[in-house]
Amino acid sequence: MSSDLNGGLQIVWVYPDLLSTYGDRGNMLILAHRARARGIPAQTIEVRSDQRLPDQGDIYLLGGGEDGPQALAAQRLLTDGGLARAAANRAVIFAVCAGYQLLGSTFFAKGDKCPGLDMIDISSDRGPSRAVGELAGDVDPTLGLPPLTGFENHGGRTHLGPGVKPLVRVTTGVGNDGVTEGAWSETILGTYAHGPALARNPALADLLLCWATGEQSLGPLDDTWPDRLRAERLTAVGR
Amino acid sequence: MSDEKKLPLRTAFAVSVSKTAAALSRATGRGDGSVIGGRLGMMIDPDLLAHLAAGREIALVSGTNGKTTTTRFTAAALGVLGDVATNSFGANMPTGHTSALARAGATRYAVLEVDEHYLAQVIQATEPRVVALLNLSRDQLDRAKEVAMMADLWRQALAAHPKVHIVANADDPMVVYAAGAHPADEVTWFSAGQRWQDDSHVCPACGGHIQRGEAGGWACANGDLRRPSPQWTLLDGEVVAPDGVPHEVKLQLPGTVNLGNAATALAVAAKFGVNPIDAIPRLGSVASVAGRYAQVERDGRLVRLLLAKNPASWLEAFEMADVAPTLLAINARDPDGLDTSWLYDVDFSPLRGRQVLVSGDRAMDLAVRLEINGVPFTHVKTFADAVAAVPQGRLEVIANYTAFQDIRAELDRVL
Repeated sequence: MSSDLNGGLQIVWVYPDLLSTYGDRGNMLILAHRARARGIPAQTIEVRSDQRLPDQGDIYLLGGGEDGPQALAAQRLLTDGGLARAAANRAVIFAVCAGYQLLGSTFFAKGDKCPGLDMIDISSDRGPSRAVGELAGDVDPTLGLPPLTGFENHGGRTHLGPGVKPLVRVTTGVGNDGVTEGAWSETILGTYAHGPALARNPALADLLLCWATGEQSLGPLDDTWPDRLRAERLTAVGR
Repeated sequence: MSDEKKLPLRTAFAVSVSKTAAALSRATGRGDGSVIGGRLGMMIDPDLLAHLAAGREIALVSGTNGKTTTTRFTAAALGVLGDVATNSFGANMPTGHTSALARAGATRYAVLEVDEHYLAQVIQATEPRVVALLNLSRDQLDRAKEVAMMADLWRQALAAHPKVHIVANADDPMVVYAAGAHPADEVTWFSAGQRWQDDSHVCPACGGHIQRGEAGGWACANGDLRRPSPQWTLLDGEVVAPDGVPHEVKLQLPGTVNLGNAATALAVAAKFGVNPIDAIPRLGSVASVAGRYAQVERDGRLVRLLLAKNPASWLEAFEMADVAPTLLAINARDPDGLDTSWLYDVDFSPLRGRQVLVSGDRAMDLAVRLEINGVPFTHVKTFADAVAAVPQGRLEVIANYTAFQDIRAELDRVL
């Protein structure tokens, strides 16, 4: 949430060289597409892990990753400090899967407990089995969104502290622990709905855009295809 | 081990049952018999694959993409020397290998396509002379091993067999890592290019950055891994052999990708003593591979089938396809992987300007992807609708695994 969007909305994809395992580019493309369709100029910036992370972006995206790259990304982000400064500027952060875990206090990678960025009140460890499959549930009503639909693939379990609210009450899949899925606090939002989660959840994309622009609502778009996709996936899990 | 003398009898019986089951499977139209025969045979003789492999000179071909085609080319090239057993239906797990060897009877040579997860097991069972390692990239990650883990598994598998000769792709850091612990004189490097690099930005040896330079060069920033100098290369549409002699290779299969597969096959065959000049005409006679690249005429449309099952192979398919009306068909059934998120790893913009049709179980995922990608499209429910929607002439069909099989069935199991 930057002051005035001079030069348009800046969407920063954090470390695509490390955190891009499941079509994570999709979230960046979808946000830019939906902003531009409303006449909001949007610039996408891909920042590799050997580059400095700008702290003046409007939206930061963190994707999924294998254990090694996840631990490396957390290390680099801690050293860089840019993401924490961006959060202090009330930038929007949308983090998926491994990216979601590393925003918390600790996470597990390759059997080791690793320090996270400690930017939201969560911690993650290993679950008894890998959670793979369709993920669905009802979103926190204060966010005013329709049900979440996504696909998850992770071995972690995430515990929420009092400083965050669960994003979703799970009806299909595992998410954090089989009961809740994802977490949010102010303008930071994390989910296990991996990869291009926003493809199936255009209203969530618009929420992030509202947070970033300070708008209360955005003009309607022709969502024929995303709506048909949502309907198909929610029907597939019996909703 | 129990009584050794029992084994040949048991093996003979297992082979007989295996062949009968395969023949029944084909005769009843239930399948091509390449899996069921092997499965039954291995229930009777668990070491059946090893027994059938014994005495043969074997090449294995593994990797994420191109293995069926490269296996076909390699079998064609080794045909210069004599009869070759091969699993030409793409049944690339041990049951398929067993079936293929049982069906072929006694041959001096065998070329087997091996699913990358089974490479260690199949090396152990067949004691191959040569193993070709093509590439490793993301493929059905919701169930497959992650890419770096697969490279590690390969490396361990090969470490146990230092006498096996490896023919490996110098352009793929994951493959170079997998082959990197092998004795240098037992590795032949080829360069067939790497269109898809998004799974090899991080060095599998040390976690450092892989930096890419001019003319396909690459190296880890920490210096642990770098591109080896390849002996077999492609130059201006020709295959250049280790002696520096360029060979014109006229293929029926489209694209530079297939020229790379041909170069790999020639490199493998050369280790068996085959001269490229003798093998090249045989490669040119391959018209389709398990239905892939097959061309079929339907209502005045010349339909060509291209299989694309992961991001790397989609990029390759766009390179192979003509600029013509194109049907994209996507499913997400078990053999395809249940997750469609890879659609966002593929840039579909090369299709702009072509008439694009979308179909398959997961056409809606594709529709959303193409809308974001700025590629106009039309949704069609069936293959027949797609044929009716395009003008006379070429129709390129790019489909993932089960969508491909569905369309092949509609075309009456072409080739």
